Amino acid sequence: MATAERAVALSGVATSASSSRHLYVAGAVMAGLLVLAPYVVYPVFLMKALCFALFACAFNLLIGYTGLVSFGHAAFLGSAGYASAYAAKAWGWPPELAILFGVGTAAIIGLLVGALAIRRQGIYFAMITLALAQMLYFFCLQAPAITGGEDGIQAVPRGRLLGFLDLQQTMTLYFVVLVIFLAGFLLIYRTIHSPFGQVLKSIRENEPRAVSLGYETDRYKLLAFVLSAALSGLAGGTKAIVFQLASLTDVHWTMSGEVVLTTLLGGMGTVLGPVVGAFVVVSLENYLAQLGSWVTVVQGAIFILCVLAFRRGLVGELGRLLGRPL
Amino acid sequence: MATTRLTALAVLAVSMVGAWAGPASAQWTGNMVKIGVLSDMSSLYADITGPGSVLAARMAVEDFGGKLGVPVAIVSADHQNKPDVGSNIVRQWIDRDGVDVIVDVPTSSVALAVNEIVREKNKVFLVSGAATSDLTGPKCSPNTVHWTYDTWALAHGTGSAVVKAGGDTWFFLTADYAFGHALERDTSEVVKASGGKVLGAVRHPLNTSDFSSFLLQAQASKAKIIGLANAGGDTINSIKQAAEFGVVKGGQKLAGLLVFITDVHSLGLRTAQGLLLTESFYWDLNDQTRAWSKRFAAKHDGKMPSMVQAGVYAAVTHYLKALAQTKSDEDGKAIVDKMKALPTDDPLFGKGTIRVDGRKIHPTYLFEVKSPDQTKGSWDYYKLVHAIPAAEAFRPLDQGGCPLVKK
Amino acid sequence: MFRIPPQALFGQLLLGLINGAFYALLSLGLAVIFGLLNIVNFAHGAFYMMGAFVAWFLLQYAGLGYWWALLIAPMAVGILGLVLERTLLRRLQGLDHLYGLLLTFGLALVVQGLFQNQYGSSGQPYDIPPALAGGRNLGFMFLPNYRAWVVLFSLAVCLGTWFVIERTKLGAYLRAATENATLVRAFGVDVPRLITLTYGFGVALAGLAGVLAAPIFQVSPLMGANLIIVVFAVVVVGGMGSILGAIVTGFLLGLVEGFTKVFYPEASNTVIFVIMAVVLVVRPAGLFGRAA
Repeated sequence: MATAERAVALSGVATSASSSRHLYVAGAVMAGLLVLAPYVVYPVFLMKALCFALFACAFNLLIGYTGLVSFGHAAFLGSAGYASAYAAKAWGWPPELAILFGVGTAAIIGLLVGALAIRRQGIYFAMITLALAQMLYFFCLQAPAITGGEDGIQAVPRGRLLGFLDLQQTMTLYFVVLVIFLAGFLLIYRTIHSPFGQVLKSIRENEPRAVSLGYETDRYKLLAFVLSAALSGLAGGTKAIVFQLASLTDVHWTMSGEVVLTTLLGGMGTVLGPVVGAFVVVSLENYLAQLGSWVTVVQGAIFILCVLAFRRGLVGELGRLLGRPL
Repeated sequence: MATTRLTALAVLAVSMVGAWAGPASAQWTGNMVKIGVLSDMSSLYADITGPGSVLAARMAVEDFGGKLGVPVAIVSADHQNKPDVGSNIVRQWIDRDGVDVIVDVPTSSVALAVNEIVREKNKVFLVSGAATSDLTGPKCSPNTVHWTYDTWALAHGTGSAVVKAGGDTWFFLTADYAFGHALERDTSEVVKASGGKVLGAVRHPLNTSDFSSFLLQAQASKAKIIGLANAGGDTINSIKQAAEFGVVKGGQKLAGLLVFITDVHSLGLRTAQGLLLTESFYWDLNDQTRAWSKRFAAKHDGKMPSMVQAGVYAAVTHYLKALAQTKSDEDGKAIVDKMKALPTDDPLFGKGTIRVDGRKIHPTYLFEVKSPDQTKGSWDYYKLVHAIPAAEAFRPLDQGGCPLVKK
Repeated sequence: MFRIPPQALFGQLLLGLINGAFYALLSLGLAVIFGLLNIVNFAHGAFYMMGAFVAWFLLQYAGLGYWWALLIAPMAVGILGLVLERTLLRRLQGLDHLYGLLLTFGLALVVQGLFQNQYGSSGQPYDIPPALAGGRNLGFMFLPNYRAWVVLFSLAVCLGTWFVIERTKLGAYLRAATENATLVRAFGVDVPRLITLTYGFGVALAGLAGVLAAPIFQVSPLMGANLIIVVFAVVVVGGMGSILGAIVTGFLLGLVEGFTKVFYPEASNTVIFVIMAVVLVVRPAGLFGRAA
């Protein structure tokens, strides 16, 4: 019942070969803009938006395409951040290995959380993810030897990528982050448009029917969960290297709330939605930083507006106007 | 004769050109001085720092006048007590907006992150809000000056004075995070060194609303002093509920290890009376502090300044004095060196110095909160118990572990 | 960790019970709203906070004390709830739970942000009413009179609410309306109005909890945010539709937390989530819930 309603409300439209052409165009436009952007806009701001965009895309894989709402996704972003920061700082690993370590950590935690949470549906699934994320937060708070407590892990070295790319140079770092983002984005895109992705969509639309057709839905859901967690980990690890900091903010439940906001604003179940949503949310936070708690008010107002009038999100509405899924 | 006169003329000409070219060779980035006040504008510490700190910085700039010859601008932002938000803002300010000095920054975790960025980019960091003594210890930086107070000063001020006054058995109520632990550890050391005993401690999660159970344990310990190693809302709640549970009536005293006048204001004297605390500034201390504070309050809704806000005023004033001598805002380290070379003298903290590890030295004061019948009116909250001279108020230079201190 | 004499333990458990009363009162409102309206009301913490602020306003600007506040604040908060349900929440009928949660989450952010802007975060002082001040020494601990009042009053309200919903005709209509609104409407019952009133009642309970909290916790814009996910967890553990479940679990959590505060105090904020994870895996409908 609930999944059918959600399917109606979300803008999940089946893609066909012809309609995917304009997706390529849209994707190319996006990539082009991102390549040119750092010459105009402050690159560090762009990198923050890119990390969030990757996080939101990974989250969207779960909520938009599999129909699973997770309230604990910050656990994957944050734990990968800590893992990468620790590897880079305490063990002196080069950035590519540190980030991969972060991805691995997030994937393993994703496996554990997913295995427990998949057994339940709907709001109960969401609450289990929240509970487990809270426990991870508690662990991060209680283990200052590893995580630095509320100071976090600071002064994380950026190092040299693959031995020769000096990440202290902002522009070099930007293009590395852009490559990472595009790689993650492409992976998600290929996943959505693969047979595996079709099964996920069918689970979202009508799980009992998928089961009756012989698919082991639990296994698919778990795989989607782990993939989403791993990609969130990629975002988290990259973020830790770029900002040279891993902190409790990234494992707090409000971060889980932020990624939901971002995906909702951008458009759940659209390919480009999370990217647009991430850029908007990061810009807003930046712009309104001088106004203190007005940021909270604006975020809340956006939530309300999106839910009442704008459920398809920015990209979803745009897609509807153009008559094509984005 | 002719050659000498010619030489003299030449020398005169060159020196005149040099004198004329002198001021023009001052390096002001962006042709202005930009001060960035990074604070908590909306959350726990907004009343202790927040918009009041921005006001204090503005007053410092106005009072200094136009002596520099270039405009001095102030920008501000809210770091929401998050190290990543704070470090992003600082990065952007320095890289893109031409900010030359970062001021205030409460919350130690943010201050530590900002410390690293300012060091890397060779700007200036004037800390007033944060408490961690690591900023002048292992993490000390040639670009940072730690003003107002730190955990060591608070622990020693309150700890030793209280023990000397008879409070020789202690029980700690500690916020369970690095800052709370550090405060507890520093104060325990002082208590033991002064001849007292620590009977126990209980660690509570950050942002706890109910302290009844922890207070019960404190009462059961029968310690004479209950040390509150927490801050902000946790401290306020602990004090409020201690009054409810008759802790003070039962003969035990509360020692607030990090309490500000704004906390006392929000608690009310009936609840907070008898509380012992250490601050380095109080608006009613002498004529000069009174005059300045009244000016501040007139622009701040009648609210008196906290020591953090006073610290912002004093730090910015001294920074501008140093700039008047260096005539440049480019090289952060050089400016801080000049700040260390010049002795400080301002109406708020009196005479003091800045040490080589970046620690600003001035006297601190042990206060006791008045009872409702002792007060003359709003904001008249403290009576002075003991003034701690500057030489004893802060951690000795050789004990900090700061790499800048030559052995 | 330390050897605790049994009397001290009793004291801690009694305190835990008192805290449990708060949790029970708050989760009751949440459970009523979810159980009967299928709305996951994330704004519950904000209404709690507003209840405390109304009590403070009344004292500050109208000179009306605690006893007036107990009456007026829940009504004020309840009316606000009615308005919000009518204008905003009604449009989400028939949609996924997720949207109700997101909308109320957004509402909570807006309310909290506005109050923070206006009042900062240090909080406002509010004293215990003189009639309830002081306390008595029970031997194993000193029990403030106000805390005793809180637990007794909360218990009375909880039991009263449970009685109304489970044992009266009005409650029967409500429960029927949840299961089959069309049918109940066909019987001539104004279902939308019933729903609106129920939402108002649920948040009024939160406002009442806020008034109870004002004298002991600091009246601050952040007071709701700290509590909301704990209260959520209580409702989930109790069983999301079950009124009795919310009440019992609220008190139970208070006891468990009290216990934890003695032996592992750092974990006292997190123990509910451990319990929630375990319960959800083992018995997903919650302790008292009906199987989904």
